[in-house]
Amino acid sequence: MSADPNLPEETANPAVDGTELIRFDHVTKRFGAHTVLDSLDFTVSSGKHVTLIGPSGSGKTTILRLLMTLLTPDEGTIKVGGDYLTHEEKGGRLVPAGEKHTREVRKNIGMVFQQFNLFPNMKVLRNITEAPVHVLGLGKEAAEERARGLLDLVGLTDHVDKYPTQLSGGQQQRVAIARALAMRPQVLLLDEVTSALDPELVAGVLDVLRDIAHTTDITMLCVTHEMNFARDISDDVLMFDAGRVIESGTPEKIFTEPEHERTREFLSAVL
Amino acid sequence: MNTWSWGYVGDILPDLLKGLWITVQATLYGSLVSFALGLVWALALRSPSRRLTWPVSIVVEFIRNTPLLVQLFFLFFVLPGWGLTFPPLATGVIGLGLHYSTFTAEVYRAGIDGVPAGQWEAATALSLPRRRTWSAVILPQAFRRVVPVLGNYVIAMFKDTPMLAAITVGDMLFQANSISAATFDYMEPITVVGVLFIVISYPTSLLLRALERRLVR
Repeated sequence: MSADPNLPEETANPAVDGTELIRFDHVTKRFGAHTVLDSLDFTVSSGKHVTLIGPSGSGKTTILRLLMTLLTPDEGTIKVGGDYLTHEEKGGRLVPAGEKHTREVRKNIGMVFQQFNLFPNMKVLRNITEAPVHVLGLGKEAAEERARGLLDLVGLTDHVDKYPTQLSGGQQQRVAIARALAMRPQVLLLDEVTSALDPELVAGVLDVLRDIAHTTDITMLCVTHEMNFARDISDDVLMFDAGRVIESGTPEKIFTEPEHERTREFLSAVL
Repeated sequence: MNTWSWGYVGDILPDLLKGLWITVQATLYGSLVSFALGLVWALALRSPSRRLTWPVSIVVEFIRNTPLLVQLFFLFFVLPGWGLTFPPLATGVIGLGLHYSTFTAEVYRAGIDGVPAGQWEAATALSLPRRRTWSAVILPQAFRRVVPVLGNYVIAMFKDTPMLAAITVGDMLFQANSISAATFDYMEPITVVGVLFIVISYPTSLLLRALERRLVR
């Protein structure tokens, strides 16, 4: 199940078509008097794997939560696949989106959380089939088949009938990855997915994600402190500081010859 | 002073057990009403619409902060004047259920608040419809937390049922009172009523504690 680490770079992302999938336009987010994101602009192309790095509190997780509509921006707009996420156009004007519109656009996005957030009242299989059945309208059989395939991908075929609490943290997180993928999202948001794990369980989760990064055309937006992993899977790395992107580029560039002083400081602290 | 007579106890026991059956029925039906109605209050109070939460919270606070006995009298003596007449037991069940629903609403609220925010976030991330989020994710987890607390309210309600005697429901206390009024001998009937209460409520509370240990892990 683990990805081949010797996979050549050129074949890493077979289906990148390069069209713009995510666009942040002057997005500002404040918590009280504290401005977490300050008129942020950035775009992510379809199929790209983008890693957000930076000191804690710099707004990385806020970006993922805005995309997942767990937060709404105070100013600015977000587009996913050409559609506004938290706004909709009515009579030529941009108004806050209704729940239905947001739901439609959001279906293209999946998220894996730091704390897994599996549903503890459901067995592993139903955790994965719940949304495909009740959101996509997939038949139970088809959803279960899809779920089994994904459990195979994350190496947990033997655990379909267990409850989440019967699994280790690493196993729970792999189920959470399968659950997100079951919706066949175009974008997968990974929010510090290994931060809550015991050190010996991190590798298993990262292997699964590497595998997915290298074998699918899913777009990934990743907040992580695992710099080696970031270097492995990323097409682009965005360095955040104080709510702004202060530097971006390929992992080679950012990790080996960062231009910005803050980037150098940050990397020397975490590497 | 009277001496205890087992013969007298034997004579009155059938009537008291008949009363016990009424008491148990009032508690069971009253509990069901309070469980259902409490959930309605709890969900209504979480509505984003203030036009719904305002009147509901006024009604709930009013019922919670007025005595059950007054409410029973209102239902039994005042409502018939407005053309609404129910049999005594049904009135008692409505009264108990309504009164206790304001407490179970609070229990549900705490249970729902106790479900971690991450569960709501996961449901949002999967785009689960609101109804489905409630029915498949939030409420099942909340129920696990609230069952033991609801059980305690059932016991409390059970012990409040003697109030129904005041509106002529033939519960245990009512039976004991009628017997004593005829025989002028209060000791055995009232004592037996007390014993019957503890014989039921104490094992039930032990059972609840065991259930709590099973559910809250």
